[in-house]
Amino acid sequence: MVINIFMVLFALYFVAIFIGLGIGLLYLLKEGFPDQDPFVVANNYLFYWIIADLLMRFFLQKLPVMSVKPLLTLPIKRATVVNYVLGKSALSFFNFLPLFAIIPFSFMLVSDGYETSLVLTWMFTMIISVLIINFLNFIIEAFSAESEISFLPIIVIIGVLFGLNYFEILPMTSLIGSAFLAIAHHPILILIPIIILGLCYGFNFKILKKKLYLDSSLKSKVAEVNTSDLSWTERFGDIAPFMKLDLKLIWRNKRTKSMVFLLFIGVLYGLFFYPQPVYREMTFMFALIGIFSTGFFLINFGQFIPAWDSGYYKLLMSQNIKYEQYLRSKFILMVISVVILFVLGIPYVYFGYKILIAHFAAAIYNIGINTHVILWGGSYNRKKINLDKKAAFNYQGTGAVQWLIGIPLMIVPMGLFGLVNWLVGFAAAIALLMVLGVAGIVFHKKLMKFITKKYINSKYKMIDAFSQDN
Amino acid sequence: MIYTKNLTKTYNGTTVLNIEELSIPKGQSFGLVGNNGAGKTTYFSLLLDLIKPTTGNITSNNVVVDESEDWKPFTSSFIDESFLIGYLTPEEYFYFIGELRGQNKADVDNLTAKFEDFFNGEIIGKKKYLRDLSKGNQKKAGIVAALIGHPEVIILDEPFANLDPTTQIRLKQIIKDLAQKQGVTVLVSSHDLTHVTDVCERIVVLEKGNVVKDLETNPETLKELEAHFSGGAIFSDEEE
Repeated sequence: MVINIFMVLFALYFVAIFIGLGIGLLYLLKEGFPDQDPFVVANNYLFYWIIADLLMRFFLQKLPVMSVKPLLTLPIKRATVVNYVLGKSALSFFNFLPLFAIIPFSFMLVSDGYETSLVLTWMFTMIISVLIINFLNFIIEAFSAESEISFLPIIVIIGVLFGLNYFEILPMTSLIGSAFLAIAHHPILILIPIIILGLCYGFNFKILKKKLYLDSSLKSKVAEVNTSDLSWTERFGDIAPFMKLDLKLIWRNKRTKSMVFLLFIGVLYGLFFYPQPVYREMTFMFALIGIFSTGFFLINFGQFIPAWDSGYYKLLMSQNIKYEQYLRSKFILMVISVVILFVLGIPYVYFGYKILIAHFAAAIYNIGINTHVILWGGSYNRKKINLDKKAAFNYQGTGAVQWLIGIPLMIVPMGLFGLVNWLVGFAAAIALLMVLGVAGIVFHKKLMKFITKKYINSKYKMIDAFSQDN
Repeated sequence: MIYTKNLTKTYNGTTVLNIEELSIPKGQSFGLVGNNGAGKTTYFSLLLDLIKPTTGNITSNNVVVDESEDWKPFTSSFIDESFLIGYLTPEEYFYFIGELRGQNKADVDNLTAKFEDFFNGEIIGKKKYLRDLSKGNQKKAGIVAALIGHPEVIILDEPFANLDPTTQIRLKQIIKDLAQKQGVTVLVSSHDLTHVTDVCERIVVLEKGNVVKDLETNPETLKELEAHFSGGAIFSDEEE
């Protein structure tokens, strides 16, 4: 329920932005390019929109093939099923979203004195283009499904187009721009995008019809096992079995795999802020960025402990395991991630030595305090996670706990750091974070005992919650 | 070995299980039968301390199950797919369970080697994740994993479902051996009356959470059970 509300809000947010864009774009263009025709400028930017739309769809939009499984045994023609799937994809949110910008923008154009027929033709061309992108994306996806590295095709296509344009070998922006303008001025040319759309649809139809059997695309993919030697974990002693399990958990499931990429985002997080002198002045921000950047994996992985293991929680609970070992494995994993992220973030020293010191203090705080806080928060976790679902836009397993835990995790250290920094000075603020962190490390055993007890106390509730399908 | 006293489990005022007294001696192969909702899985879940009893308790080898965890080292089970870890291969799964039960790789390999027949070449060395195996093969892996580490009590919920006929016959032999030769207490539930009567020395019939029959298996048992359940069917028809 919470998830649904969240998704609706998210959708509304985008709709609002697009409407705003549709209404405001004309003014913006007139301001930005006072000596050019705004309609022409807008068309010149269409190339970027197409690229961005394709990229976004590739990662977020999937053809709803699995939903037709029950239709196959009914007396319905295969062609009808294929048309149904493709038709259904045309009703996707991704196709409606651009309309919220295109239609207001067209209105604004007309009220600004552009010829109605011209604008209308353009508007229909845009709508057809949206559909072309829709079906083009599925063609690209069909090919990438066969390639080893699944997003290689899209990266290559986008990269080549972008490169051609950027190095002015083939000026894609003006090419696409003039194509749209030409159609707008000569309505008969609208037949070209319609034919392209027809071809895209036909191609999709062909691919899909071939695949609509239980043993091809409808069959869930059987992944090759990638065994790796994890014997290095043996040095961690009695928690080694759990560490091996956790590493496999992260590497072999879609939802967790995307978290590995979060490590990169964590490293690069500071680049959103530090290049801008404004933020470099705000010393109190260093702590927050430090906590976030060194703790990116900790926060994203930690907030779903123990829900990661929800699929086989009954097994763990009936096995001969020590809860504390199970939790300590997750703890060690998070500590390792903080250390790695800190080391990778050392180059931030380029923006000032104070940043490096602040990141170091933040890393210590993450290791000493935040790891424990997030493990403790996990004992309130009551949401199951399905490991096979993708991570983007996946709020499964997210509950109030995940939002509340953010307060002690990030706001508290930032507040403390900011306050002491303001009252006493930078050195004292750094010292405070480090002292707190070290205290957490010193009392690690005691804290773990307390946390373990919490988990044991909520054992039955967790088992019950994890066996519900939500 | 396993002694159940005054055990009840109530959900929102509905009692789903109510066992006054039930005693299962060591080395017995014990069968639990009953229609859906009779309380078989509830009883097994209580035995594994996965749910908390409303009243009463189960004592396993002098350990009160919901008070101490000392029953875990000698108890193992396979209840459903949630006892499998989908992203492991069967071998990795066996080794993981082995590590939890203090068995090294060689021990586990020795044990699984004995079940080559049972696996029928579909489990070991296939380079497939458990989540990608068929239901029947998943079950085979789960059952064998429950045998790792010399458990004294083995609990199997519906072990015969989803298995092919050959494997069912082999499984019966495995369960019989466990109880008769190794003195393991085996608890099995099933919807299939023939299988339970073949395998179990004793059969308890649950109905709406109550023990309604407690039989020593003899050549007449199957007929008696069939009569009982067909009678129940006629009875419920009349109810409607």
